[in-house]
Amino acid sequence: MGELSKEQFEERLGSICTRRFGSPIENLKRLSGGASQESWTFVCDGQAYVLRRNPRGVQTSQNALPKASEAAIISAAAEAGIAVPKISFICDEDDGIGEAYVMDFIEGETIARKILRDAEFDAVRPNLAAQCGTMLAALHNIDVSALPDLPFSDAVGELEKYAGYLKAGGHPFPVFELAIKWLGDNLPEKRAPALVHGDFRNGNIMVSPRDGLVALLDWELTHIGDPMEDLGWPCVPSWRFGQHDMPVGGFGARADMYDAYRAAGGEIDEKATRFWEILGTLKWGIMCGVLMVSAFESGADPSIERGSIGRRASETEIDLLRMLMGED
Amino acid sequence: MQDKPSAEKLLAAARAFLNDTAMPQLSGHAAFHARVAGNVLDILARELELAPGFNRAETARLESLLGETGTLKELNRKLCDKIATGEMDLSDEKLKIHLIKTTMGKLAIDQPRYQGYKTAKAKGWPEEDSGETIK
Repeated sequence: MGELSKEQFEERLGSICTRRFGSPIENLKRLSGGASQESWTFVCDGQAYVLRRNPRGVQTSQNALPKASEAAIISAAAEAGIAVPKISFICDEDDGIGEAYVMDFIEGETIARKILRDAEFDAVRPNLAAQCGTMLAALHNIDVSALPDLPFSDAVGELEKYAGYLKAGGHPFPVFELAIKWLGDNLPEKRAPALVHGDFRNGNIMVSPRDGLVALLDWELTHIGDPMEDLGWPCVPSWRFGQHDMPVGGFGARADMYDAYRAAGGEIDEKATRFWEILGTLKWGIMCGVLMVSAFESGADPSIERGSIGRRASETEIDLLRMLMGED
Repeated sequence: MQDKPSAEKLLAAARAFLNDTAMPQLSGHAAFHARVAGNVLDILARELELAPGFNRAETARLESLLGETGTLKELNRKLCDKIATGEMDLSDEKLKIHLIKTTMGKLAIDQPRYQGYKTAKAKGWPEEDSGETIK
């Protein structure tokens, strides 16, 4: 089956909601951004919802969980006291709109640059890094034996996976090879496997002007692995959105996030967080320079957005060079 | 030889159309994609101007580093192999300068406004060579 037109999609979603909520939908809008999946907002019976969806036939994020597993993990996180949107329902095959789920709309900002620049966030910004540390400690404390089956991937697994993508892509990136060599020589100590969000960064958190961090979103890359991964990824320079002197998401200091993580019972291994920052930068580089390019060139996603992301690989090369020379 | 207008001038006209005519009439996702398309045209304009010289400079350095000749892709593949096996690393000053200049050249075309590029320039990292004095 090909991809639905917006009209077909709206009609099908309308009948799904009429069946489940007894009311038609209004104000269906596609949210911009979200390179690997779609997000839509709509109103049904006076309540605002968000729908997250993998467009049919387009698999750009090769590690993404099925939408149903993603929704189950979000519900488990909610039980552990982590701020997440409430899942309303998961779409099934008969709904005919591909893999998708619907959750309550939460008021707040997810656009990283707004969080970093708009004056309304001035008051909460200084505390965000600490709020991230507290949230991550709670996440990593979740008992993984009670969760649905999730993929396992630790430092060796992630490094091998991305080195494999690079090799399969065939295009030579000498700086990426340099990073792979360094990472292989500097693998972190093994520690007890934990629930890893896998995409914890500015852009995937929701921030309100009053309460700061109000929700953790985008659970599609969740897996079991090294919890230090989640403390390294938000410090990848590309996720600082131009504020390079603020390593955590462009809004805070590493020490603020680490201290709050420790205060909430977590244990930090700074050699490991450094490893994950460098591996994270390499991963984003390979996503841009290999995976996005492959989706674009194969015609799976011929959009200008997808194609242009390929040219962001070079930003990670300069960041990797600086990191491998002991800077940042 | 291609006839006029030049590629540079045609690109500039496409850019002006996007900015002055198309973008004001667009909203939402289409406006976002139009902005991205504009950025792509800017990349192409910089690539037309800079890449020929940059590629000559990169090729000359690779030939000197590896002691052999070949296409840019072949030479880069060989360099990748030597780095992967540990035969060459950043303790080699010549390799370090090569990678810095090559990467600075990519940024000058892809994303001259990227913060990491500006930081590197402020720290005195050398820009890619224009390639004119090399061959």
